[in-house]
Amino acid sequence: MAYLDANATEPLLPAARAAALAAFDLIGNPASLHAAGRAARRALEDARTAIAQSFGAHAEGVVFTSGGTEANALAIAGLSPGRRVIIGATEHDAVRAAAPGAEILPVDADGVADLEALAQMLGASPALVCLMLANNETGTLQPIEAAAALCHRHGALLHVDAVQAAGRIGTHMTALDADSMVLSSHKLGGPKGAGALLLAPGREIAPLVRGGGQERGRRGGTPALACIVGFAAAAQVPRPDVGPMRDAAEAHAVRCGAIVLGGSNRLPNTSCLALPGVRADTQVIALDLAGVAVSAGAACSSGKVARSHVLEAMQAGALAGQAIRVSLPWNATWDDVQAFQDAYAVMAGRLAKRAA
Amino acid sequence: MRIVAAMSGGVDSSVVAGLLHEAGHEVIGATLQLYDHGAAVGRRGACCAGQDIYDARDVADRLGIPHYVIDAQARFQSAVIDNFADSYAAGQTPVPCVRCNMSVKFTDLLGLARDLGAEAMATGHYVRRVEGVSGPELHRAADPARDQSWFLFATTRDQLAFSRFPLGDMPDKDVVRAHAARLGLAVAAKPDSQDICFVPSGSYADLVGRLRPEAKGTGEIVTRDGRVLGRHTGVARYTVGQNKALGSASFDGGQRQAVLAVDASKRRIVVGPRTAGSDRVRLSGVNWLIDPPAASLRCTVKLRAREAPHPAMVEATETGARVHLDTPTLAAPGQACVFYDGDRVLGGGFIERG
Repeated sequence: MAYLDANATEPLLPAARAAALAAFDLIGNPASLHAAGRAARRALEDARTAIAQSFGAHAEGVVFTSGGTEANALAIAGLSPGRRVIIGATEHDAVRAAAPGAEILPVDADGVADLEALAQMLGASPALVCLMLANNETGTLQPIEAAAALCHRHGALLHVDAVQAAGRIGTHMTALDADSMVLSSHKLGGPKGAGALLLAPGREIAPLVRGGGQERGRRGGTPALACIVGFAAAAQVPRPDVGPMRDAAEAHAVRCGAIVLGGSNRLPNTSCLALPGVRADTQVIALDLAGVAVSAGAACSSGKVARSHVLEAMQAGALAGQAIRVSLPWNATWDDVQAFQDAYAVMAGRLAKRAA
Repeated sequence: MRIVAAMSGGVDSSVVAGLLHEAGHEVIGATLQLYDHGAAVGRRGACCAGQDIYDARDVADRLGIPHYVIDAQARFQSAVIDNFADSYAAGQTPVPCVRCNMSVKFTDLLGLARDLGAEAMATGHYVRRVEGVSGPELHRAADPARDQSWFLFATTRDQLAFSRFPLGDMPDKDVVRAHAARLGLAVAAKPDSQDICFVPSGSYADLVGRLRPEAKGTGEIVTRDGRVLGRHTGVARYTVGQNKALGSASFDGGQRQAVLAVDASKRRIVVGPRTAGSDRVRLSGVNWLIDPPAASLRCTVKLRAREAPHPAMVEATETGARVHLDTPTLAAPGQACVFYDGDRVLGGGFIERG
């Protein structure tokens, strides 16, 4: 099988696996006073420091969570009291569902947030703006630094969902000047089950889950130590550049009739490929049956492929229901690219003919 | 061969997938999401997918076959639910299962199966596909209690050629359940589905009233000569031929009354004695599973899903067909009239107003 669905989850990095396996043998609870507890706490705090260093944050601002969804929910619940919430139109459901009454910041046809619109939306009243660094469906990058400058000029906070960017492009919270940022372990090659909310110095939040006051009172519950240690290990692994392989796969798809959505300023591993007239779910199924794993839109819990709110926000019209996401993992090979190209050509030949 | 199994999550289609897999075919399970289950049961927070979709997925996982949930909500709404509501509001009695088979299942899903390079699509319908001298024929199921051939009359010859119905030869449902148990499928003891799938509350009239409020208005129940016998609470509650829910209009001069006509534009239900039927029925939307006959065809016809066939002559016309029944009957506009030669389905159409 050619696994080209990294934006759903990355394969586990060997270094992350080794670190997590070793951490499973730490018997203590990081909250315990005794030697076993101290050893576990040492591993947890080492992971915290490593995450902070890898992503330009401060260790005391790192709150470990169960994953990106929880970290986004915690950030929005913690930072929004007393503030209007403005979210980008192409944000992930983890953000959209956590901010149900939010004002929506429009994007252009490439999915890039309209900062002129943001300037008009930001008034005198305090606001929390949520903007993702890279989009999960298209890989489109947002102008975070410019948005941060704008927000701060208006006294607003900027929360950045960096789940898809981390590990794929430089993701430095201080350089981006974000007030908070979210990471997910399994999206950067770590185990599923851990994530982090990174808070800028001095930024405090109330917990969603109080429990025993873990994570400095910001997230109750014993942390998933092995996952967190694996997460930190994954964050420190340099990645091969999959850009050339992505470009080759994409160029081939275009020769077969695909239209690339999301503009040119994108993650190096992601292609959003629309095949006019052919339903997205049919494409995903056809490729799956040919041994190529890709995805489309947002999967409902039933597995149904829903229309993409991301592509609809980009005014993609009918193509919003006809696009698949190809996202190369860190261990993609040229054989995978070849398998994709072969399967895509067969699929496009068969389906585009019937759609015509 | 590569074959798509249409899986509803019920025991029948689960057994179809299981038997085909057991026979060594490359089976691809597909389940249509037809409507928002959470909205249909009116429960906030309920998942958009009903339990049946999870059951289908579990069966496929258990069998070790790929399984996909296909979003057919928009098409189901336009081709089935809207037609259902419009038809009832116009005083007709639609058959949504036939519309669904015609559109969502045997056009769209079958098209997907072709798109995926499958050689056939299998369903859990109780009908038999028999290889005849001039191509595949559609026949009644071996189990007369389960026969669904009436609901499949609109399947085209091309669609029939691509379809497989592995349950058509099953002697009864117990045998199907025994297969499910033998194959280790958790749905073996699942109850049969009832009623129309998108009306889980069972009240068609309520749904029609919600979708087409004008159909809810009260009106008169009258005799053919215009005498008012009673009142009704919405035309969507009445079907030609029914004798229930007539209240004070149930009897006229000591004679049991049945609905003869539903006049939606005047919100009137016309009643009369059951013997007031006609021996002529006009059909539209006719599908022939034989070459359309040049002359009148002697056959039997079924005007309702559950009734004995009537002897009749059927004549193909440019726009449909004309049926001449040996014995007059009350035919409900919107229902199907299906032509049989013994067990074989020859074709059928939708009953037009008299």
